[in-house]
Amino acid sequence: MIEARNLSRAFGGVQAVGDVSFHAEDGRITGLLGPNGAGKTTTLRMLYSLLKPDRGTVSIDGIDTQKDPVAARRRLGVLPDSRGLYKRLTARENIEYFGRLQGLDEAELKARTDALIASLDLRDIEHRRTEGFSQGQRVKTAIARGLVHRPQNVVLDEPTNGLDVMATRALRGFLRDLREQGRCIVLSSHIMQEVAALCDRIVVVAAGRVVAEGTADELRELTGESNLEDVFVKVIGSGEGLMA
Amino acid sequence: MNSRSGWWIVFVKEVRENLRDRRALGMALLYGPLFGPLLFAGLTSFIVGKQLDDAEKPITLAVIGVEYAPNFVDFLQQQGVTLKTPPKDPEAAIRDQSEEVVLAIPSDFGADWLAGKPARIELYVDGSRQASRGAIQRVRGLLNAYSGQVAQLRLQLRGIDPQVSAPLQVVRHDLSTNQSRGATMLAMLPYFLILCAFLGGMYLAIDTTAGERERQSLEPLLINPVSTTQIMAGKLAATTVFALASVVSCVIAFKIGLPYVRADELGVLLTLTPLASVLIVLLVAPIALMAASVQTIIASFARSFREAQTYLQFLMLIPAIPSLLLAVNPIKATSWMLFTPLLSQSLLINQLARGDSLAPLDIAMSIAGTLAASFVAALVAVRLYRGERLALAV
Repeated sequence: MIEARNLSRAFGGVQAVGDVSFHAEDGRITGLLGPNGAGKTTTLRMLYSLLKPDRGTVSIDGIDTQKDPVAARRRLGVLPDSRGLYKRLTARENIEYFGRLQGLDEAELKARTDALIASLDLRDIEHRRTEGFSQGQRVKTAIARGLVHRPQNVVLDEPTNGLDVMATRALRGFLRDLREQGRCIVLSSHIMQEVAALCDRIVVVAAGRVVAEGTADELRELTGESNLEDVFVKVIGSGEGLMA
Repeated sequence: MNSRSGWWIVFVKEVRENLRDRRALGMALLYGPLFGPLLFAGLTSFIVGKQLDDAEKPITLAVIGVEYAPNFVDFLQQQGVTLKTPPKDPEAAIRDQSEEVVLAIPSDFGADWLAGKPARIELYVDGSRQASRGAIQRVRGLLNAYSGQVAQLRLQLRGIDPQVSAPLQVVRHDLSTNQSRGATMLAMLPYFLILCAFLGGMYLAIDTTAGERERQSLEPLLINPVSTTQIMAGKLAATTVFALASVVSCVIAFKIGLPYVRADELGVLLTLTPLASVLIVLLVAPIALMAASVQTIIASFARSFREAQTYLQFLMLIPAIPSLLLAVNPIKATSWMLFTPLLSQSLLINQLARGDSLAPLDIAMSIAGTLAASFVAALVAVRLYRGERLALAV
C-alpha cells in the first residue's frame, strides 16, 4: 500500500509537482497518467525517496519514507526512469547484484532470481552480457533486478516505453500476475490506452497536480465523454503532449 | 537480514566488472607500469649515449688562419684534433648551427707571440646551445692546456721556477659512488612510480562515478537499501586496489628492467635491491588511496565520462611537480617535507635510488602524512552522493 499526501517539489524556480495526493491499494494496479512534463517521474522519485519532497509525505505500508527510508525501500521494488544495466555483467549477474544489495542470502537469491528469470522469460539470455540487449530484454532485466527481493509494493516509470507489441503484452501479463499475488503496483504512462487496459484506478496528472481520479468508467462518467482520448483531453485541459 | 556489508558487495562487483574490461585492466597492469620503465630506459640510454659520445669522440675543429700559428696547430693535432676546412663567415656558421665551435687566429698572432704579449685568439660559440656545451668545454680545455704549457716554458727560460705561478694545488676527491652517480639519472624515477598510482585507478574512478551516471545505472543503484556512504566506499576500495596493483607491477617492471639500461658504460649502477623495491611499494601505497579518492571526487562532478577524463589527465601532471623540482634543485629533506604527500615519496625514493638507507622515522612520517591526507580525501569522496544533486545531475 502506497500513500502520497500533498507532495510538492520545485527545481530552481520551476514547480515540477504542485500538490499530488493519491492512494494505491494492495491487489490493484494504479496508473499515473499525464502528458510529458506533467511531473510523473518527479512524483515517482519522491515515492522511492530518491528526491525529498519540499512538502508532503509518502508512506509505504505505513512506513514514512523520510523517517525510515531504508525500511521503506526494502518494501519497494522500482523500475526507475533510468534503466541502465552493467554491460560487462550478464543479465543474471545484474539481477544478483541488486539482490545482494537488498540483503538476500545466497540460497534465497538463487531461488528468487530463478523464479524471475522464468516468469519474465529471460532463460535464453540469462548468461549473456547485457551489452547489445534489445530494448525489451533490457527492460525485463531491469524489472527483474528491481523486484528480486519480492517487494510488496512495485513502482514502474513508463514500463512499456520503447517495447514492441509482443513485449508489451508479456509485460502486462506479468504485472497482472503481480496483482493476483496481492501486491500494490503503481505505474506511470502518457498513453491512455495503456493505462485503460491495465489499471484498476487512474490518477490523471497535469502540470504537477492531480486533475482527476477514478476507474476508466468513472472518468468517462465524470466528463460525459465516451471516448477515452476525449476524456483525457478534457481533464488535462489541452491536447498538448498527447502525440508523444 | 544484511548478511554482508554493502560496501563489500559493491567492491566485489566493481572489481569483477572491471577485470572484464580490457581498457581498465590494460591501463592498470600493462600500459601504466610499462610506460614508465620504457620511457625511462629510452631517456637514460639516450643521455648515456650522448655523454659517452661527447667524452670520447675525436674533435673535428674548424680553425681559421692555421698558417699564422703552426706550432699551436701542431699541438692541437697531437691532442687528436682533426682540422677541417673553416667556413668563410664563422658567425654565420655558428648561427645556422653548421659548426659548434670555430677558432680564428688573427694575422698579427705571430707578431704578438714573438713580442711576448698575450696573443689574441678568437673563439666563436653559442653558449646557449645545450648540445654544444661538451665541445666548447673540450676546446677551452685544449686552449688552457696549451697556454699553461707555454707559460711554464717561458718561465723556465727566464730562470724562474714555474711553481711560482701555481700558488694553489687543488686535489679533487670525488666521493660519489657508482650508485649515486646513477641517481642523477634516477631523479625522475619517483614520478614514474607515482604516476602508476594515478594511472591504475583512473579508469575505475571515472567508470564508477561519471560513467555510472552516464550509463543511467546510478539511479537504480541508489534506490537499494544501502547507504550512499557504503556504496561509495565500495567503489573507492575497488579503485584503490587497481591503483595498488598498478604500483606493484610498476615496481616489478623497474626491478626487472633497470639492469638492462646501458648505464654501466658510464660506470654508474642502476639497480633496485629487493629491500628497496619493497620499501618503494610501502611508500607509494598510501598515494594509491589518495589518488583514488581525489580522482573519485573530481570524476563525480564531471557531467560525462569524457569530461572526467579531461580533468583527470590534468591531475596527473601534479605529481610531476615535486620530481621536477628535485631534479633541478636537489634539497635535503626536512620534517615538513617528509609529511608532504608526493614530495616525501620523491625525496625518499631518490635516497633509495642513490643506495642510501632510509631512517625508519622518515618512512613513518611519509606514510603517516600521506595516509592522513588520503583519509580526508576518502571521507569527502564517500559522502559525495548523499545529496540528491549529484545522483540525478544530468
